[in-house]
Amino acid sequence: MLTFEPYGNPTYFALLGVALLPLMIGLLYGKRSRLYETLISIFFLVLTFGGSKWTQGVALIIYILYEVGLTWGYAVYRRHKNSGPFFYLMVILAIAPLTIVKVTPAVENGQSSLIGFLGISYLTFRAVQTIMETRDGTLKNYNLMTFLQFMLFFPTISSGPIDRYRRFEKDYRSVPSREQYLGMLQKGIRYIFVGFLYKFVLAYYFGTMLMPKLQMMAMHSRGGFLDLSWPVVGYMYAYSADLFFDFAGYSLFAVGTSYIMGIATPMNFNQPWRSPNIKDFWNRWHITLSFWFRDFIYMRLVFWFMKHKIFKKPTTTANVTYIINMLVMGFWHGVTWYYITYGLFHGVALMVNDMWLRYKKKHRQSIPHNGFTQIFAIFLTANLVCFSFLIFSGLLNKLWFN
Amino acid sequence: MDIKETVLEILNDLTGNDVSGAMDDNLFDSGLLDSMGSVQLLLQLQSELDVTVPVSEFERSEWDTPNKIIAKVESMA
Repeated sequence: MLTFEPYGNPTYFALLGVALLPLMIGLLYGKRSRLYETLISIFFLVLTFGGSKWTQGVALIIYILYEVGLTWGYAVYRRHKNSGPFFYLMVILAIAPLTIVKVTPAVENGQSSLIGFLGISYLTFRAVQTIMETRDGTLKNYNLMTFLQFMLFFPTISSGPIDRYRRFEKDYRSVPSREQYLGMLQKGIRYIFVGFLYKFVLAYYFGTMLMPKLQMMAMHSRGGFLDLSWPVVGYMYAYSADLFFDFAGYSLFAVGTSYIMGIATPMNFNQPWRSPNIKDFWNRWHITLSFWFRDFIYMRLVFWFMKHKIFKKPTTTANVTYIINMLVMGFWHGVTWYYITYGLFHGVALMVNDMWLRYKKKHRQSIPHNGFTQIFAIFLTANLVCFSFLIFSGLLNKLWFN
Repeated sequence: MDIKETVLEILNDLTGNDVSGAMDDNLFDSGLLDSMGSVQLLLQLQSELDVTVPVSEFERSEWDTPNKIIAKVESMA
């Protein structure tokens, strides 16, 4: 049997169109058939995780049972008790499979772990968030079936966007009015077509046509200062463009498909290249990931540090937490020196950004602010980001150590 | 002291600006508040008004103007 990468080829889209048609008609008449939604979810999950990838399918099933056990068990426990150490234990257990999957290649010479499968990171974010909101008491009516639908929602299973349990549940439990749904349908279909342009035209051009050539040229031009050369600069921009169009394209497919299913999955990108600073960049780039980190790592750590008065100054708290937050993000990408350096780079960039914003606030009169400074800020931010993606790309690793 | 005054005082303290003249302005868009500021706000609300807001209750879009923050706090007090 064949396996399909989600949104990978025309056949997948054709199947998607056929499968979604009855659902669309249902929603237009104000009906949501849970049974049908579940059936097509299973169908597309089998397409992705069946056939030659069956070992991943088995890993997915075991993983899901494990996370359901944890979240359900914790929800039942939390109704009566609320111990801190038990909560931390639950979070550690929920992250354990992902940690094993991320660390295995680093200690086993690049071999990937048997318990891994496409999308494990994104499912872990959803499970951990469910546990944390249960702890806070903001998520009170944990429902096992809803949690399963939330975790296994097939349009976003492989690479997000990372939705939130309570937001998903609200959409899932209701049916949009015909007018609302027509609006969603129109948006969803537009997103998918913009996605075609991004992923199959632009990302193809930058990623498949341009990048391999530039990489070869960069490898041949080694020998200068740090082995850098003009092809490396070219690669940096081509890689950044590819990364953006490929992932934004995928995200548009995932969000578009969700909209057609009457679920308003949050957007992942919002014109990141026009950010005037790094802080704003993270409000526009891979939004559901950076907001997840903001809400479940950054803000919680800051809260904890300040409540226990660990640091004297709030700015120290903010800076330390920036570094921790971005380092965790680096490690999450994988345990390699370039992912971790990438995380550190952004942590430091956020720190410097904040220092500058404070300085600017104090000297508001003497610092010019006009169209030119705005364009300069955007230019500088975009180039810093592209440089960080060059680190992220691993090309430097090939230049220096291959 | 009533809730509105206390919240405004906390906000003025945190942002270094007098926000009482712009009660419907978005504090995040103007850069007056960020994640750090939000956490400080939550801690201040806890110590001064005894209103406990867990971090996961903090949905940014519901807390982004002085008026919205006051309404939120009033509903929780």
